[in-house]
Amino acid sequence: MNVLWLQSGGCGGCTMSLLCAESPDVLATLEGGGVSLLWHPSLSEASGPEVVAILESCIAGTTPLDVLCVEGALLRGPHGSGRFHVLAGTGRAMIDWVRALAARARHTVAVGTCAAFGGVTAAGCNPTDACGLQYDGNAAGGLLGAGYRSASGLPVINVAGCPTHPGWVLETLLALALDGIAAVDLDALGRPRFYADQLVHHGCSRNEFYEFKASAEKASDLGCMMEHMGCKGTQAHADCNVRPWNGAGSCTSGGYPCISCTEPGFEEPGHPFFETPKVGGIPIGLPTDMPKAWFVALAALSKSATPKRVRTNATADHPVVTPVIRKTGFK
Amino acid sequence: MSRRVLGPFNRVEGDLELSLDTEDGVVSAARVNSPLYRGFEQILEGKAPADAMVIVPRICGICSVSQSVAAATALADAMGVTPPPNGARATNLMLATENLADHLTHFYLFFMPDFARDAYAGAPWFASAEARFKAIRGAAAADVLPARAQFMHLLGTLAGKWPHTLSVQPGGSARAVSATERVRMVSLIRSFRAWLERHLFGDALEAISGIGSEAALWAWLDAKGPERGDFARFLAIARNLRLDRLGRCEGGERYLSHGNYVFEGERLFARGVWDGASASLLDFAHEDVTEDVSHAWMAGEGACHPLSGFTQPDIARESGYSWCKAPRWRGEVVQCGALSRQVVDAHPLARDLVAAGGGNVFSRVVGRLLEIARVVPEMERWALAIEPGERFCTEAGVPDSAQGVGLIEAARGALGHWVVIRKGRIQRYQIIAPTTWNFSPRDGRGTPGALEQALVGTPACESDEMPLAVQHVVRSFDPCMVCTVH
Repeated sequence: MNVLWLQSGGCGGCTMSLLCAESPDVLATLEGGGVSLLWHPSLSEASGPEVVAILESCIAGTTPLDVLCVEGALLRGPHGSGRFHVLAGTGRAMIDWVRALAARARHTVAVGTCAAFGGVTAAGCNPTDACGLQYDGNAAGGLLGAGYRSASGLPVINVAGCPTHPGWVLETLLALALDGIAAVDLDALGRPRFYADQLVHHGCSRNEFYEFKASAEKASDLGCMMEHMGCKGTQAHADCNVRPWNGAGSCTSGGYPCISCTEPGFEEPGHPFFETPKVGGIPIGLPTDMPKAWFVALAALSKSATPKRVRTNATADHPVVTPVIRKTGFK
Repeated sequence: MSRRVLGPFNRVEGDLELSLDTEDGVVSAARVNSPLYRGFEQILEGKAPADAMVIVPRICGICSVSQSVAAATALADAMGVTPPPNGARATNLMLATENLADHLTHFYLFFMPDFARDAYAGAPWFASAEARFKAIRGAAAADVLPARAQFMHLLGTLAGKWPHTLSVQPGGSARAVSATERVRMVSLIRSFRAWLERHLFGDALEAISGIGSEAALWAWLDAKGPERGDFARFLAIARNLRLDRLGRCEGGERYLSHGNYVFEGERLFARGVWDGASASLLDFAHEDVTEDVSHAWMAGEGACHPLSGFTQPDIARESGYSWCKAPRWRGEVVQCGALSRQVVDAHPLARDLVAAGGGNVFSRVVGRLLEIARVVPEMERWALAIEPGERFCTEAGVPDSAQGVGLIEAARGALGHWVVIRKGRIQRYQIIAPTTWNFSPRDGRGTPGALEQALVGTPACESDEMPLAVQHVVRSFDPCMVCTVH
């Protein structure tokens, strides 16, 4: 299966994250899965005119383009010209290259939230008129249009995340190479369901603090970060706390809130990232699937039942009260 | 004279285009264009100051921790806060992990594969280079990727994930390290050291960092032989191809380092500008920095200091040929990177190499590998010194009105962030990244940037579409174009 990987208006971080793949590493995984890279900017030898020849061969149909991977947002500005990103050496806007290649691709994969939805490149005043391949933030459309389907009949596969976990990207490519991916394998935003059908909350190491609403108040506190620190782990779709990052990590275990980087529009939450917006003391962004009245009732109850250990540790940077050892008589 | 336009230049982010004039088979003039603009400085305006910690690392997924540390340093300056000792140790460990992983990736994935190209098939070292360094298929990639990924576990523990962590904070680190994690980190660093000593250097790190002159370097190679390790393989190729005669920036014999790895007010690597012409170290003050837009697709006139500078694209500007502005120090072109850091810090090998042949393809790569050998033992010391149970982060608020400067070193060189806060919001945010220094376009006086100068004189025969010598020069700087154009 031939894969062509292009980078546009992003930071290259999804590629760098990909290089962190383990057991086996990225090259061994791709080779073992029957995936060959027609070109990847960080891994391939070809440079300059050799690269342009590969792209033209794909557009002409001479070289079968099984998967087009795009990393980074698509920059439509200024004034629709795409000149904020011209593919070096070609005088041609990257958005034109991507349109031409996407028309030939059997599958089109957005690697990362920038390519999927616009991402941080589209934040603030969106100076470059950045968008995703098939979404502009929450709105379907983007560069290729809501009606775009690759030759396989699928919409753009959005491997969203800022950055993406190497496992999300590799398992998507391996699935395409082995059995293909069907429409039912993608969620309503085009994300592979194998990681998007979970919440960041699942497996969070702070879940005991969440249970009792024992909350962190400042950076480096151990408590739950939902109430005061802007954490969206109960609403964000991803398996970050089940699938480790860099051996043993995740955002919430790293001491900072989930900013829901797999979601469209995460870059403009409408409030400072490290603050939880509230009305009448109740967070606006309640856990997904949780009725508000129940949340308020349960939070009040659980707060009144918080063990001293959990309450004390929530605002410390290391456990200061350890769990008691209780002799139960039952073993 | 003939002119040609070259691009894309992989391998770190391919957004680089060169316009080369050649005469008699060598480059007579070069123009460097960064054909990508994203506008992070514009995006940051009006945001809550702490939001910079979310946005700024996403300038660059290659040196994302470096961007975070620069922003945290600028905000800490504005807030008047100093991280506690554990916070400084954790920050230094995160920054060092990223910098060294970058050096490793550059050497194995971005730079050495060019010596395994068919064009070198006749060279005496080719068979070895091809087996070891060929892109994707070479044995080295299979060795280095797992070692790099395991080394990055340090960031899994300290930073939650890499890239784009939020554990780096103005007051230190949001991630306290437990006693058992400290032990685990020391073990990871020692395991990385063992890999380096076995595969890269074929010798103890201290033996490499103890090499004090170019003569001693060649003596080391002759004693060890080119198959001792990948560093020795590189040295043999460099000697054969005379890479020390390639890519010298004659008009930019000034080496900038912001200094790096701060602990209790002291920097492990010194700050300053080494002036090659007078062989003297000059003080660096950020007030001496300006950015010039006369040959960028940017609005504005002439040069101004980042605290009063602004970023407004202007594609219609006729004199513009890049999205990159032209930073200057006291009006002069400077170069930066690992070699500059080691020269400014007075490492005898780096000083000797620069005295002999200036910054060139050879000395830049040696500078990078020398830095790996010097920093890993420091990482061991920082990790061992962590005191579990003590604070990692100092809490402080952001003033309504303030300004701050954050000057640190990313893998590729001097990184500076300048922030102005008014009414509790970011009013102005200006960034000068390492590749902005190195890959600058011409300034108002018409003086070309460091790479533009370094390319002059490079062999580039007319029939060769993508001259290899040009590629070696470009990649010796380890360009990071997404940082450049932010």
